[in-house]
Amino acid sequence: MRIQARNIKKRFGHFQALDGVSFDSGDNRLIGLLGPSGGGKTTLLRILAGLETPDEGDILFDGRRVNDVPPQKREIGFVFQSYALFRHMSVFDNIAFGLTVQKRSKAEIRERVEYLLDLTGLKGLEKRLPHQLSGGQKQRVAFARALAPEPKLLLLDEPFAAIDAKVRKELRKWLKAMINEVGITTIFVTHDQEEAVEVADEIIIVSQGHIEQQGTPIDIYLRPRTPFVASFMGETHFIADISGLKGFAQLGRGFKAAIRPEFVEIGKKGELPVQVAETGVVRQVVFRGKDWHVEVQVGENLIAGYRPVDADPLKPGEEVLVLIRKLHVIDENRCATVDNLGLVAMNAV
Amino acid sequence: MKQFKQRSILPGFGLTMGFTLLYLGLIVLIPLSTVILKAAGSTWQEFLATVTAARVIASFRVSLLTSLAAALINVVFGFIVAWVLVRYTFPGKRLIDGLIDLPFALPTAVAGIALTSIYSQNGWIGRLFDPLGVKIAFTPLGIVIALVFIGLPFVVRTVQPVLQELQSDVEEAAVLMGAKRRLIFRKVLFPELLPALITGFALAFSRAIGEYGSVVFISGNMPMRTEIVPLLIMTKLEQFDYVGATAIALVMLLISFLLLLVINLLQWRTHRRLTAE
Amino acid sequence: MAGYVTHLPSSADAAERPAHLNESSAVRRLLIGIALLFVGLVLVLPLLTVIVEALERGFKVYLASITEKDARSAIRLTLLVAAISVPLNTIFGICAAWAIAKFNFRGKNLLITLIDLPFSVSPVIAGLIFVLLFGAQGWLGPWLQAHDIKIVFALPGIVLATLFVTFPFVARELIPVMQAQGNEEEEAAATMGAGGWRIFWKITVPNVKWGILYGVILCNARAMGEFGAVSVVSGHIRGQTNTMPLHVEILYNEYQFTAAFAVASLLALLALITLAVKSFMEWKQWSAAAAAEQGGVHLAHPGTEH
Repeated sequence: MRIQARNIKKRFGHFQALDGVSFDSGDNRLIGLLGPSGGGKTTLLRILAGLETPDEGDILFDGRRVNDVPPQKREIGFVFQSYALFRHMSVFDNIAFGLTVQKRSKAEIRERVEYLLDLTGLKGLEKRLPHQLSGGQKQRVAFARALAPEPKLLLLDEPFAAIDAKVRKELRKWLKAMINEVGITTIFVTHDQEEAVEVADEIIIVSQGHIEQQGTPIDIYLRPRTPFVASFMGETHFIADISGLKGFAQLGRGFKAAIRPEFVEIGKKGELPVQVAETGVVRQVVFRGKDWHVEVQVGENLIAGYRPVDADPLKPGEEVLVLIRKLHVIDENRCATVDNLGLVAMNAV
Repeated sequence: MKQFKQRSILPGFGLTMGFTLLYLGLIVLIPLSTVILKAAGSTWQEFLATVTAARVIASFRVSLLTSLAAALINVVFGFIVAWVLVRYTFPGKRLIDGLIDLPFALPTAVAGIALTSIYSQNGWIGRLFDPLGVKIAFTPLGIVIALVFIGLPFVVRTVQPVLQELQSDVEEAAVLMGAKRRLIFRKVLFPELLPALITGFALAFSRAIGEYGSVVFISGNMPMRTEIVPLLIMTKLEQFDYVGATAIALVMLLISFLLLLVINLLQWRTHRRLTAE
Repeated sequence: MAGYVTHLPSSADAAERPAHLNESSAVRRLLIGIALLFVGLVLVLPLLTVIVEALERGFKVYLASITEKDARSAIRLTLLVAAISVPLNTIFGICAAWAIAKFNFRGKNLLITLIDLPFSVSPVIAGLIFVLLFGAQGWLGPWLQAHDIKIVFALPGIVLATLFVTFPFVARELIPVMQAQGNEEEEAAATMGAGGWRIFWKITVPNVKWGILYGVILCNARAMGEFGAVSVVSGHIRGQTNTMPLHVEILYNEYQFTAAFAVASLLALLALITLAVKSFMEWKQWSAAAAAEQGGVHLAHPGTEH
């Protein structure tokens, strides 16, 4: 199903939660609404569900305006952050609820619920009550329940927020596989960018009631279009003036930039080409299991990079070379990705 | 456009709100308004004359003073009861805990005759004090005892939840810093409990001044001495002095509503303090 | 809402506090002693009195007192009044709680305060207002007389006064319960296509059933035991407009003490049953909550069961 939002505005009291939000899901299947808390993403999701009504703007499902369609009739499945399982009903009855509303026969209901129990790995738990389940189990019941009535659109509100870190990773993979198997258009809300990047086909970044950028995870990561997106994704360090950096001087004075550690190489003397690498002094070295996180003082700036686990360890105070492959130049509203021109020139030869 | 209510997807607002307002109006608001309208029927002078008659003022004095005394007694002992129920273990605790609500569940007339029986001259307790020349029933003292009975659950049930919610880590921090038990109580625990005590006091007081059934038997209803305001209203009604009864009722209502506002404000403030933390 | 908190998590099973967080044993014993003495004097003694005085002249006299004709009328009237007022106030309580807990609107706090009003009005005044409204000299008096309708000094008046006095009970139990539970389960049901009545009966009611029962029990106890308001409105006509509390008063004023206490003992029994049911429901609620907390601490192991 294709979801379009046109100029959605919503205010709560004096707080403008959404200030003219528009997007088009295209034919993407798994869309992540990503952004900091309070940015408006849950509000947007609830408006899509019909649980809130926008002050202005239109919502279209497959080209059809659904503003006046009540949630009962929108054919959506919604998974709440706190699952909202019916606490006095068994797992079976919870999942069967939507089917009961649709007045399906008992045999049909039984068949579908058993299919979903199987699909979500909940077999054997049919008779349990919600308070007898773990967080991960509750989440899967909520998911099965939302899917049971065969909705056309699935909406998930921070589905993994309440789950332990280790279980979260497993569930993420499971969810993505499940959604692809069932084949349903899904929009989920999260503030965890690692999650959005891993799970979604398309990410929409929402902050302070506006859409900052919409694109594939790679797009958003490599080509942020606003300063907010540049600083929100991954770890970022800021440089006040890049004209002092080798390979970027041609751009002129006074440009600010955001630098990602992924695009920074740190090496001992001789490991990196001196023409395009800066010299700096190591400030801090942290072993993270998967790599070394190294912070280097380059002139006035503090720049971070990663070093492979089995490389020669660095020590604070050591002199090193820092190669910046690319950075994101930012001003008030815009962001542009720039490659290290010296490096480009060097490789062209 | 400022909306009266946010459009919600849950149904039934119109129906339930409509019935609520209708029922509220019919059973509560319209009947209550009769007092104001009837009182408005007499002139200001008539009203003042009625309300400042010696007997009326005496009845207010009796009602207010006995209620005050009873509420204070309840604050002290109710606090001890709540403390003991929350913090200590002893046999029969659950039974006592359940009994606290007795004044709330027991009809006031039953309480009234039982208390009169106990405290009259040859009652179980009355006869202990009679040789000392102390009469309890048919004196303001008897009224106070009846009002203590009525008000007890209000203090205990207001303080109990607050006591229960108190985290022990604050106490532990004080202990580790060397504070003695008395100091901890005074500086750490009591300030937390004070709002609840004040609220409980206000509730007990408010209930006491309007109390009729449990007091009317034990007080003896002697005008100027043990006649409480509700009884005075009743007497005036029996004499068909509607104007007089209404005037006094209006003053009572004003006092009650004032207390209600104060109580609501107190509870709102405590709730805000606790949830902001 | 103003005042009376009626349910608490049970503290009865808590273990003794550690010594460094507790008063000395001597102080404890003193305080427990004071508390027990106070409760014994103020609460237990009156209860005992009722039983002892009722049975003072033997069981046969007791039975005769409560089966005597006027006593039976009083019992019937009391039950009838309760049977009318409690369901009405329950329906009101549910409607008010639904409107207040599930929706946002301006003036909500004012509405809650208004619902609390009857709680703070003296019972005598509660009776007075209906006399002013429906009495012979009241607003509607002449009209009622013209149509030969009796409200004051008859059943309708008693019911109205009882409705007023027990008005807030169910509402003030339900409102915090519904507010604490939030709207999410109802919203979830709506997204799955459930309409209003289904949401109400299948989702909301099962979740608040203890709250409803609480409120009904308390409302009933007060309805049957109301004295002051009914006293004003009933006219004290023996055998016809006397409820049980009024009958107790009449017997007592005629110095028929044993009979008075006999009828009173029935009301006291009702009070004890009310307290017992209330305790039972609190215990049920508490143990359900405890089970929920324990159940949530399942260990999740990927691969075995999440």
